[in-house]
Amino acid sequence: MCQVDENYHDDLDPAEMLNVSKKCIKCKEASAAVVIRVGDTYCRGCFKEYFIHKFRAMLGKNRIIFPGEKVLLAVSGGPSSCSMLSQVQEGLSQTAHRKLRFLPGIVHIDEGGAVGHSMEERQKALAELQTVFKATGFPFYFVPLEKVLDLPSSVVATATAPSEHPASAYKSAVNDFIHIDSSSCSTPLDQEETSIPEVQESHTQFLQQLIVSVKTLTARQDLLNTLRQHLLVDTARTKGYSKLMLGDNCTRLAVKLLTSVSLGRGAQLAQDTGFSDSRYGDIISVRPMRDFSTKEIAYYNHIFSVPSVFIPGLDTKTTNKASIQHLTESFVTKLQTDFPSTVSTIYRTSEKLQTACRSSSTADCCDRCLLCMCSLDTAPENASAFQATLISEQLSQNTFLGASRSTKIIPRQNQDPLESEIAAPTGQCCSSGGEEGCGSAENYEVCYSSAHRPQTADVKSFLCYSCQLTIKDMSSLEHLPQYVLSEAWRRHSRSQMREEISEFLLDDGDEGD
Amino acid sequence: MPVLCSSCAEKRAVLKRPKTSHSLCKACFFWAFEEEVHQTILAAKLFKPGETVGIAASGGKDSTVLAHVMKLLNERYDYGLELMLLSVDEGITGYRDDSLETVKRNQQQYELPLKIVSYEELYGWTMDAIVKQVGLKNNCTFCGVFRRQALDRGAIMLKVDKICTGHNADDVAETVLMNILRGDIARLRRCTAISTASEGEGVVPRCKPLKYAYEKEIVLYAYFKKLDYFSTECIYSPNAYRGYARTFLKDLESIRPSVIMDIIHSGENLSVREGVKMPVQGTCSRCGYISSQALCKACVLLEGLNRGLPKLGIGKHHRLHDKILSQQPLTEKEEKKLKSVEF
Repeated sequence: MCQVDENYHDDLDPAEMLNVSKKCIKCKEASAAVVIRVGDTYCRGCFKEYFIHKFRAMLGKNRIIFPGEKVLLAVSGGPSSCSMLSQVQEGLSQTAHRKLRFLPGIVHIDEGGAVGHSMEERQKALAELQTVFKATGFPFYFVPLEKVLDLPSSVVATATAPSEHPASAYKSAVNDFIHIDSSSCSTPLDQEETSIPEVQESHTQFLQQLIVSVKTLTARQDLLNTLRQHLLVDTARTKGYSKLMLGDNCTRLAVKLLTSVSLGRGAQLAQDTGFSDSRYGDIISVRPMRDFSTKEIAYYNHIFSVPSVFIPGLDTKTTNKASIQHLTESFVTKLQTDFPSTVSTIYRTSEKLQTACRSSSTADCCDRCLLCMCSLDTAPENASAFQATLISEQLSQNTFLGASRSTKIIPRQNQDPLESEIAAPTGQCCSSGGEEGCGSAENYEVCYSSAHRPQTADVKSFLCYSCQLTIKDMSSLEHLPQYVLSEAWRRHSRSQMREEISEFLLDDGDEGD
Repeated sequence: MPVLCSSCAEKRAVLKRPKTSHSLCKACFFWAFEEEVHQTILAAKLFKPGETVGIAASGGKDSTVLAHVMKLLNERYDYGLELMLLSVDEGITGYRDDSLETVKRNQQQYELPLKIVSYEELYGWTMDAIVKQVGLKNNCTFCGVFRRQALDRGAIMLKVDKICTGHNADDVAETVLMNILRGDIARLRRCTAISTASEGEGVVPRCKPLKYAYEKEIVLYAYFKKLDYFSTECIYSPNAYRGYARTFLKDLESIRPSVIMDIIHSGENLSVREGVKMPVQGTCSRCGYISSQALCKACVLLEGLNRGLPKLGIGKHHRLHDKILSQQPLTEKEEKKLKSVEF
């Protein structure tokens, strides 16, 4: 298990130089244009067929997207998501062998505000994307990341049970579709002309403050991913889409899997990297590109001139050790060049993991992480890494300051003067936790709006292990978007209420949430 | 300005804990380190009073610290355990003979009984002889497989109820990464377990009391306690593939020190899909040791060595197991494939 060139797996063998045959292995006639894997040479035509078939097979095999369903494609502008866009276009075209039967739309999240691009740079990138999107004829939406500041708290609150579709449901949906098909579906897709939205400068500043308040790039990237996901889900909801298509490819998923493990997201791995992700309940994300490697996509895009737009991100032009995500990416890429089966081996691991979080449909929203919406994995289990870390921290801190972990809610009296000053006007309402006024659900928002800031410890208790790590890297929580904070406050007051009435509750289970 | 210890707030801090980055004085660090191991032992219910526990001792830092801490905690908290040292002599000149000297010194320092089992008496082969036949490639497979069984055999000779090994948090995290890179889902699932369930006859349950201790803290502990340990890499293991995982983990740790615990947390919370094929545990039809195949790996490797076909146990040759069992000769083609590669 440990020495040079050891071959405990045949696939781990370093790349061997094979003499590349000049003919396509599929049709054995045309001369080869690409080498996908060692020895697999394809001509242009066969490569195209192979690529298209793989995309369709992924969708066909999983049967998650129903005919006639509205599907929102998340397109960042990168090669992978642009390739996905072109595949959908291809599948819907009249000439397609077996037409795809869903109704696509495109969304692009403009993250320029978080990355620190100037307004001109952002406009330029969007204009480029606009020409690409217009050419598809699909409706498209540009959403600036700044919009995350105005999201409703329902994004992180509602955990509507994902509608379980039995196998028969797909068939009946097909039948329904065939019915409609003859009448209405022949009308062209309604062209929704979307212009590039204006962004208020104050919003961009607020977003910048949020990003700057996160001290490490690892946590920044993690937070940005979460916010982007929230925004995508919200856009899908408000525009009436029920599925979200993400362009994650095999290589990226392998990196993501390893990153997730390093970030402590083991419990959420399957959802983070699987084909479908139902953590948001009514909006299901799917990853149809997960069988393609970055290399295949690059070949395809190059040969068939699929346009893509390069937009620098948070970790562009940084050193390898800038963040865990970036380090993992360069680690996997490097290992892949020496051991060509690295990516597929890691990727296969992801397929062997549990897809549904133990009780994804039944889980109460309070058992879900406030940020990533996965089931909480922070139950105080004996002899776990989580417990061991808490013990270590406790043991190496001043015993007088006490075990900070057991006092999750810091009593109001102990607050620093600055904080209590701000909270003073609402003191009678919110002090020591919802006696009367704060108790009722209608009132909490009123209370909240008067500048009540939840303590770090409060917010922390609603987060999963990994998101707690992210929050730990933030200098203050006040820059978090309002919807997150107000939902944290709502949960906080709910749990306080529950505590107060706990002795009268007969059942430990259900809670009228 | 001297930094004060963040725990007692009186003495000067002498170190920054790699695990939590708190500054601690020597006494508080010792206390914290020992207490953490104690908490791990308690929380995972590793031992019962009256049990005899074998400490797998190589003479390296991990096992030396383990032996020290186990003896100390056994006395401090009255575990009621009878401790013993158990070493394996792989027969590597210039490496194991030196480290075993350390173990022998430890034995006297800690006043614990010591048992050394050697590959030579168990298998009739020393690692030196194996390397001579196999070459520097793949020899770790032999060493690792043989050691696992040797520890069990030694434990049975000593009549211990449990073995504890010096695996630390870094080792566990590294193994999680390795198993992902190798796609080994069965091992991935069990590699984070703190102790093995009693798997059957001939197998002694094992546990890792240092599972949550950072390698760096173990070194710090050994350094400040001035423990006598042996630190040399094995002369036969240039550590390539595992080396990738190790370097990666060290790089990750430099970005976010908690990453080691985070990876273990991930490993502990992985859920494997139902219906994924897992190897079924059986017993070796030759020696009776646990095995998922007809023959256990150790027997296959040994057979290969004795027949002069060292590659028999490297890679997967399950189809040949029946032939080996019935003592049939292999075909010329098969033999050719399994002979060691000439360099």
